[in-house]
Amino acid sequence: MATLTSNAAPHEVIAPSRMTPADTLRAAGIGLRTRRLRSVLSALGIMIGIGAMVAVLGLSESSKSDLLAQLDRLGTNMLHVQAGSGIGLGPGTLPDDAPAMVARIGPVDEVSAVSDVSDARVYKNDLVPSGQSGGLSVLATDDNLLATLQGSMTAGVFLDLASPDYPVVVLGSVAAERLGVRDLDQPTRVWIGGEWFTVVGIMSSLELSPDLDRAALVTPTAAAMYLGTDDLVPSTIYVRTDPASVDDVRGVMAATVNPENPDQVEVTRPSDALEARDAAESALTNLFLGLGAVALLVGGVGIANVMVISVLERRGEIGLRRALGATRRHISVQFLGESLLLAGIGGVGGVLLGAAVTAGYASLQGWGVLIPTVAIVGGLAAALLIGAIAGLYPAMRAARVSPTEALRTL
Amino acid sequence: MTVTDRHAPSRAAMALSGVTKAYEGTPPVRALRGVDLEVDDGELVSIVGPSGSGKSTLLHIMGTLDRATGGVVRVAGYDVAALGDADLSAIRSQHIGFVFQQFFLLAGETALDNVADGLLYTGMRLAVRRDLARDALDKVGLAARADHMATKLSGGERQRVAIARALIGNPRIVLADEPTGNLDSASGASIVRLLEALNEEGTTIVVITHDRLIADQFPRQVAILDGQIEKDSLWQR
Repeated sequence: MATLTSNAAPHEVIAPSRMTPADTLRAAGIGLRTRRLRSVLSALGIMIGIGAMVAVLGLSESSKSDLLAQLDRLGTNMLHVQAGSGIGLGPGTLPDDAPAMVARIGPVDEVSAVSDVSDARVYKNDLVPSGQSGGLSVLATDDNLLATLQGSMTAGVFLDLASPDYPVVVLGSVAAERLGVRDLDQPTRVWIGGEWFTVVGIMSSLELSPDLDRAALVTPTAAAMYLGTDDLVPSTIYVRTDPASVDDVRGVMAATVNPENPDQVEVTRPSDALEARDAAESALTNLFLGLGAVALLVGGVGIANVMVISVLERRGEIGLRRALGATRRHISVQFLGESLLLAGIGGVGGVLLGAAVTAGYASLQGWGVLIPTVAIVGGLAAALLIGAIAGLYPAMRAARVSPTEALRTL
Repeated sequence: MTVTDRHAPSRAAMALSGVTKAYEGTPPVRALRGVDLEVDDGELVSIVGPSGSGKSTLLHIMGTLDRATGGVVRVAGYDVAALGDADLSAIRSQHIGFVFQQFFLLAGETALDNVADGLLYTGMRLAVRRDLARDALDKVGLAARADHMATKLSGGERQRVAIARALIGNPRIVLADEPTGNLDSASGASIVRLLEALNEEGTTIVVITHDRLIADQFPRQVAILDGQIEKDSLWQR
């Protein structure tokens, strides 16, 4: 600002035009007050964009936290060992002594094996035609299986509490349902391989080992005595390790189980499947975030459009303000502020909308509601950034309006 | 003109000497062709001329909304040619009050706040401006309408609000552009009486009009035609 003297007071300096911050805010809000419907509509675009992004982030976070809780509950330290069944390998088997060898690996906490009782099928009773086996398998297993799987019983007891010499069976949850066994209030028998077996227990569903849900489990002794199976070889070994050493154990597993042909051993970690599901969901999340960003961009264009029209319509007001002493900067700040206010309102509305959608959907799914702070802060910041960009050109245009032209309007 | 001349004390609220204004084009439009005009503190002057005579251009140059192509324009003692856009804005906010034919009131605000806007760009707080606005509204006889929305007022009342807005900062000069142009004759006459009354209290006012009947009611009349001052009633004294 040049220092100037006036003839009235030779050393007087012109005090520059200025506005209090409160007045700046009021001036920015005047367009919103006088054109309410239009303001709401143009803020709506931003609101939908931000709302979509917040909801997507909130939902993905809520579902992830649910998954993590699930993984925590199930544990990620479970390994399944099976004989490889690749091309040219034929029906694979695991060596007899594999479970014992695995148990010798240091960080292994629990080991348990199941063996296919290949000829036997399980039926509700002896009248069911033999073809209708319902896709259920009969497996012989040791006492330790339930502990290794950290499973639980919905009814009755596991094999370890029953006498190994009697024909008793424990059913997986799906097997029990298909055989029509709901509870064990009455003594219940099922027909396996031409013998009656008494059901002593029903297992709860095993999320990490769904194969066992469709199985009828007997003791090796009972398999030998009643089903005539002498040559039981382990088909699947279930291993629970020290959580810190899962990868190490996995690394030596194949060589331990079958030192001659380690490549015929397949080691899987069932919790990986859940994590893969999560990865697939985050790919979807990114897609929806992208869609939200597009909505946001369209909202920004909407605001820019409304602001450009507003500048044209309000030339008279711009001229008046310049006559009242507004500098070009005051004018541009006013219109930029209006754009920021519009986008800010849209942003706040969008965060609330996104939070409401997240809360609604998450509680419908029974998840904990989790809205990441980054979504809230990021949503507001993105809205303001879009508002600033959208308002920049209209603000510059408003500042460039010549006051004489502006005052000639009408 | 020397620096000493520029800073010489003067009673002139506004002084134009040899002011020209040309708009580019083929052929160029010469809107003002050497205007000499001095308005002293406390004067009430009408500038009258038909449409196209250059009177609007003259008002814009006097109000620092536009720059002269040639000549010297001094407003409240400042040579405006030497000032940048921000300084001119500052001069407008502190030394010049405007009244327009179209009133230019802000639709979303009350009469009081419209008047308070007269000091919006001085950095004064709203509460202080509202106090001053009440006094200004009182001066134009609209104290009772202070809290009405601008859109709910009659044309005459709107122009009174606009006049109050021009007065609120006690400017060195008030420039009124066809202040009665949008009003019926009764309202127009009352606005003319209001301007006369305000002038008697000491406000310097220049009224631009195409209406000779209105112009004749003011103590000094300047007639403008084809960008030149055709007659100034001062010359006859």
